[in-house]
Amino acid sequence: MTRQLIVTVLAVLVLAAGTLPSAAQKGPIKIGVIAPMTGGAAQAGKDMTNGLQMWLDENGNQMAGRKVEVIIEDSQGQPNVALTKLQKLVERDKVNVLVGELFAHIGYAMAPKVDEYRIPMLYPVIAADDLTQRKPAKWVVRTGWASSQPSHPFGEYAAKTLGYKKIVAIGIDYAFGWEVIGGFQKTFEENGGQIIQKLWAPLGTTDFAPYLSQIKRDADAVFALMVAQSSLRFPKQYQDAGLKGKFPLIGGGTTFDEFVLPSLGDEAIGGMTPLQYSAALDTPVNKKFVAEYRKKYGKVPSYFSETSYTSTRWIAEAVKVVGGDVENREKFLEALRKVEIPDSPRGPVKLDAHGNPIQNIYIRKVEKKDGELWNTVVHTYPAVSQFWKYNPEEFLKQPVYDRNFPPCKHC
Amino acid sequence: MISVPRGAGRATAIVVAAILLGAPPLLAPYMLSLVTQALIWAMLAMSLDLILGYTGLASLGHAAYLGLGAYSVGILTTRHGANFWVTLAVGILLAALGAAIFGLVALRATGVYFLMITLALGMVVWGLAHRWVSLTAGDNGIASVPRPRGLPWAFTDTLSFYYLVLVAFAVAFVVLWTIVHSPFGKTLVGIRESESRMRTLGYHVWLHKYVGFVIAGAAGGFAGVFWAYYNGFVSPADAELATSVEILLMVALGGRGTLYGPALGAAMIVLLKNVVSVYTHRWLLILGAVYIGTIVYAPEGIVGLLRDRLKERGRVA
Amino acid sequence: MNLEFLIGQIFNGVSYGALLFLLAGGLSLIFGMMRIVNMTHGSYYLLGGYVALTVMWGGAPFVVGILAAALAIAVIGIGEWNAFLKRLSGQELGQVLTTMGFALIFQDLGLVLWGGDPQTIKIPASLSGSWEIGQLFFPVYRVFIVGVAAAIALVLWLVLEKTRLGAMMRATVDDPEMARGVGINVHLISMGVFAMGALLAAVAGVVAGGFVGVYPGADFEILPYAFVVVIVGGMGSLKGALVGSLLVGLLDNFGKALFPELSYFTLFAPMAMILAVRPTGLFGRA
Repeated sequence: MTRQLIVTVLAVLVLAAGTLPSAAQKGPIKIGVIAPMTGGAAQAGKDMTNGLQMWLDENGNQMAGRKVEVIIEDSQGQPNVALTKLQKLVERDKVNVLVGELFAHIGYAMAPKVDEYRIPMLYPVIAADDLTQRKPAKWVVRTGWASSQPSHPFGEYAAKTLGYKKIVAIGIDYAFGWEVIGGFQKTFEENGGQIIQKLWAPLGTTDFAPYLSQIKRDADAVFALMVAQSSLRFPKQYQDAGLKGKFPLIGGGTTFDEFVLPSLGDEAIGGMTPLQYSAALDTPVNKKFVAEYRKKYGKVPSYFSETSYTSTRWIAEAVKVVGGDVENREKFLEALRKVEIPDSPRGPVKLDAHGNPIQNIYIRKVEKKDGELWNTVVHTYPAVSQFWKYNPEEFLKQPVYDRNFPPCKHC
Repeated sequence: MISVPRGAGRATAIVVAAILLGAPPLLAPYMLSLVTQALIWAMLAMSLDLILGYTGLASLGHAAYLGLGAYSVGILTTRHGANFWVTLAVGILLAALGAAIFGLVALRATGVYFLMITLALGMVVWGLAHRWVSLTAGDNGIASVPRPRGLPWAFTDTLSFYYLVLVAFAVAFVVLWTIVHSPFGKTLVGIRESESRMRTLGYHVWLHKYVGFVIAGAAGGFAGVFWAYYNGFVSPADAELATSVEILLMVALGGRGTLYGPALGAAMIVLLKNVVSVYTHRWLLILGAVYIGTIVYAPEGIVGLLRDRLKERGRVA
Repeated sequence: MNLEFLIGQIFNGVSYGALLFLLAGGLSLIFGMMRIVNMTHGSYYLLGGYVALTVMWGGAPFVVGILAAALAIAVIGIGEWNAFLKRLSGQELGQVLTTMGFALIFQDLGLVLWGGDPQTIKIPASLSGSWEIGQLFFPVYRVFIVGVAAAIALVLWLVLEKTRLGAMMRATVDDPEMARGVGINVHLISMGVFAMGALLAAVAGVVAGGFVGVYPGADFEILPYAFVVVIVGGMGSLKGALVGSLLVGLLDNFGKALFPELSYFTLFAPMAMILAVRPTGLFGRA
């Protein structure tokens, strides 16, 4: 018994000692990455870390002469794990900057903590509108997009260029869905269009039949917001329900993005969506990026990969500006907010005054080229901000897009 | 009257208490944070042990009470600036109310059916958390939950908050320990062993199970309150099925029907999820192996294993 | 709500019910008959889909994919049964945790072996497209799913009710000691029933995979649905599983169409309510 007692006490002391903070030194620049590496979103997490790693590999794994050390932590797609890993990265590993995450609710969970720690964190993917609108965080640098950002120009495009008058919207029933469709509805209706029906399907819906059968027959087109697995199923079910021939399918960028496109078939052809990236973007920078990524990882990069790749460069640009002195966090944050990248694979990017990227929004159409499906770019809206053409102060007075906003006046 | 375990058990308890009280100032904040988390889950696991270990009712919906307690804190603090005592009271009462309603439905069944009904009821709470957006903010969750207000200290730093949780854990442990060693608790054990026998002896079996179920729910809500304060964040994930299964594992791993077994099991799972996943992305494989290994090698949990070993050495625990 | 809407919705509900029956068919055997709470059921489903994918990528046709999946998963199921589960009869907690452990292991293995990209199973051209009748569209694949579900239900019923093997299976499951007493090889039969359950899950994984997709997380997504069907229908009853899946399919479908606000509840609330009234399910025996 006594032996066991001694062993227990020793074990605890060893454990405690092993966790005592080590002396701070000016060694490598430490980047902490939080992403879902297991669970349903694991591949998206992989796409993100692949993009990040690719940039580092291309640039000698250093920034402004200092080596870079990347520590990847699995958030397991759960907020409380993400928060714990965040604490570990900041307090134990003493990282200089953080990058990552995918899910909006985890983004909301981490933002106050990041502000509390006063450490910059880049959000390459998290798109929840309010993070750079009504609930901004000082230390969060959004290098990706805002949910409604691509929808605004697309609403105008659908009304003016495609000539649609009445559209039925169907989306996944959660904040991301509400924001993407909300943004579309606002500009579509301001340009003379009408959303005549809004259908919401819960997360994880396997069978869209109950919704597809309700689609009003006097629509000109259907706008669908799907993500990941639902993007996989929806086009086929849409086609099988006889709707493809009757109502052109348009939607949010994630409905047809490069993440699911390789697994879709001919049913996806013709689908039009807006996003700040397309792997088919015909610029030298992007073509090189896509070719390199494909060679290295065996698949076409998704927007997850591009945004993580560019975010890593983003960090490097800021590190250059502060001459490698990332330990001065206030200056580093300032530098991060001022970064402008004119030649990222997605085009020119820089932040607006509220911390969200101003970037091109591409209107894309799914086409088949050499037996593969690509999001061909048919139109570019340059330098689009999260506020589109609106005055930011005015825009912020309206509530965030949700299930009931904008209200469905023509439903 | 608290009955203290004799012999080796008592010595271990004193050592553990000493470590929990004295070691924290020596630990790095991150590690201390994990220990705090372990204590909260320990409370939750102990609450499940009341009905699982002592009464023999395996529930697959226990995370619902974690959720009810956590959302009480989340809503009351961010929208109404409520202080700690109010959130604590509401959290416990709401969870108790939930258990009171669910118990009426669930306790009509036993065994596998009970498992399934509690699963369904747990999913209903999860669904509500998702759906009732005006109340719960839906899948976005409620962020910026402050640390407890209205107490003599702010509890914003890791160390002081740890001690708050330690006090809560001690309270939960003492209360549950007293209950399971009381005549009421002994009746629960009797029910676990043989319901028909207890009925013939004249005990109101259903009422005992029901009261036990409600107390377990209330205790779960109690843990949920501290979970919300710990994370500063509440979301529907707190009430999902995977969480319920994990609590089951903690109880089984530690050793059901002992209270301190599940507490130990909780600590081990928290450490596993957060520490092992740092060293390998394949921590799920390890977790899966732990699930299987527990049932195959240690059906009575770690505590059961230790007890057997101690018995072999001729000392009775 | 006109007649056309009604017919369309009924077809949708029935075909969704058929999909659910496919998902639950295997579980109905394992859980319903053998009373084993099998959380690995979802993994059999997902792995079945992955095996079929791999085989089909190698050039094999859809049917071969189904057969390969059925075989592979039956073997895995037998392994899990023999090594672990047969010792745990009557211990729900042990079953939940052991099968959960396997489910986690299979999930991670799936991620390692096949990666995390979502996949679809390319269904044969003969099963694609839709039949147009008036204003209504009946997707051929959905009809196929109904057909497969009906065929499986028929075969199961015939085997269980009309053959000697089936009688032995029912005896083994109802009362193993008596069965052993009359000379039935309980060990072999139990193993066979479990293997059949796993096999059915794998077939569901392939057939449903053509409709729902194959991706990490599908295993845990379908698990509650499968349990709901078996529970609502009543355990130990094939008829119950059939009725349960149709009922759940129709309820869920009409619920989503008529009361979209309650879509998270159209599945579990009815389950809880039915169980509240009849704790053993609609057709269950205690």
